[in-house]
Amino acid sequence: MTATVSHAGFLTSVQDLGRTRYRQFGVSLAGALDVFALRVANLLVGNDESAAGLEITFGGLRLQFSDERIVAWCGGDFDVQIGSTSLPAGHATRLQAREELKFGRPQLGCRSWLAISGGVDAPIVLGSRSTDLRTSFGGFGGRALRDGDVFQLGARPLSQIPATERISSWSASKPWSQTAVSTPVLRFVRGAAWDLFNDVTIQRFTSEVFAVSTDSDRMGVRLEGPELRRDNDVDLISEAVAPGTIQVPSSGKPILLLGDCQTIGGYPKIAHVITVDLGIAAQLRAGDHVRFSEVSLADAHRLLLERESELKRFRIGLSLHAV
Amino acid sequence: MEIVPLGDSALIVRVRERFEDAPDQTLSEVLRTFRRLQDTAIPGVIELAPAYTTVAVFFDPMVVANAAPKPDQALDWLTDRIRAALAPHIRGGRGRAAASPVRLVEIPVCYDPEFAFDLENVAHHAQISLREVVDLHSAVEYRVSCIGFVPGFPFLAGLPKELATPRRATPRKEIPAGSVAIGGAQTGIYPLRSPGGWNLIGRTPLRLFDPEKTPPAFLRAGDRVRFRAITRDEFEALAP
Repeated sequence: MTATVSHAGFLTSVQDLGRTRYRQFGVSLAGALDVFALRVANLLVGNDESAAGLEITFGGLRLQFSDERIVAWCGGDFDVQIGSTSLPAGHATRLQAREELKFGRPQLGCRSWLAISGGVDAPIVLGSRSTDLRTSFGGFGGRALRDGDVFQLGARPLSQIPATERISSWSASKPWSQTAVSTPVLRFVRGAAWDLFNDVTIQRFTSEVFAVSTDSDRMGVRLEGPELRRDNDVDLISEAVAPGTIQVPSSGKPILLLGDCQTIGGYPKIAHVITVDLGIAAQLRAGDHVRFSEVSLADAHRLLLERESELKRFRIGLSLHAV
Repeated sequence: MEIVPLGDSALIVRVRERFEDAPDQTLSEVLRTFRRLQDTAIPGVIELAPAYTTVAVFFDPMVVANAAPKPDQALDWLTDRIRAALAPHIRGGRGRAAASPVRLVEIPVCYDPEFAFDLENVAHHAQISLREVVDLHSAVEYRVSCIGFVPGFPFLAGLPKELATPRRATPRKEIPAGSVAIGGAQTGIYPLRSPGGWNLIGRTPLRLFDPEKTPPAFLRAGDRVRFRAITRDEFEALAP
């Protein structure tokens, strides 16, 4: 019941839905940067949606299992192969023991999430199996996977013992499984510091295009483009920040925070990308372009509720297939 | 007190506008707010995070929408619940929550030059001797105003004014775990090897963050802290 990594790729780590409840101690959320993609992939393989999977950055991963497993992935535009057969995003398939699963380089986007029936059996540290890469704990030895690593898989869930022909009908729609978008428009709600920026700056923020800088990582996406300066450039007292927060240091270059971000920050928060768009933000890579568009908090919540009720229908549909 | 959104899944309860004016009082008020919200257990609230003047309330919008009379009133409903939980406190009542004990924690620190890369810089800035820096730093009582930056990092208020030293122009890429440092008007301890721009004046053998422990951080917001100067030998004896 193990997985063997022959090639770990650029950056592959064990992640689940993240580590909540420890922010007061300064512990980051970590977890899949696109939690929704991992949830969908988990449902496709018959897992509980909170099971730990792999987050694969820029591909290059090759792995095989000691026993037969069902796998599915969601995320950027990756070429994923089993032998000479390609496995499209959002489709469940059976992977025989010792058969190799191979992630190529993405055409669009940079991350994908692989779910394996039974889940990755990493120890639970502070309530989560996620790897905290910044602090080096959790997941697989607190670090990214390396060539030659062997990790444990959980027992396969009993709910999924369908025939192969049935598995092929287990698929998720494209907007859920292929989340990378070229020049995306990320929707945001206003941040607490919105009013500290003058009209010209706000106009820039909401109308111009920003480019993703090379020093972006799981902590945040650094953006180049129009500078968002404040008239009164004083630092604010540190308070909570969260994935999705767009903070603006005195350089005027905004930073969009992702799952590994710090728990507190003193930079002005101009805006927050809404939860349903965080998966799109997780695909941004150096050189990509992005725009921002304002929505109301009520709309942010409505969009989230709609997506969750769609996911509920999807979950019911899958469970009917499995019987 | 104001309650403002932090994105679509969190709110920030701003207890006071400023911190520096009355750090001790502000901190006590923030912690009272934190404890009251913790005791109230509002449906959908996942966790709370206090920092200086605020308490952040992280929630699951789905649960809150279900608990609210109408889904589109989720945020108003949650805000009302928070206000209700804090109401007696706002009226200035000194309820039982106010009397929660505050821990006094002693942190042994070795101010040996081997660990205190920037002690001279701090002394030079304050125009006092190295000895006086150490004496001043270990003579007063501090209070943890916030835990953050990295897991378990305590931001301590109460640094003697003479010791306030600007952060280094170029942050160090790597600071050893346990380093005790001064950044502006605050002092703190790096729990883990990490980058940082504060002036290093000593090192503690204590482990300030351990994910295998509950709670994982040695210190928490509100703790009172004293530093005790120790020798290099004592440091070795105490180191794990």
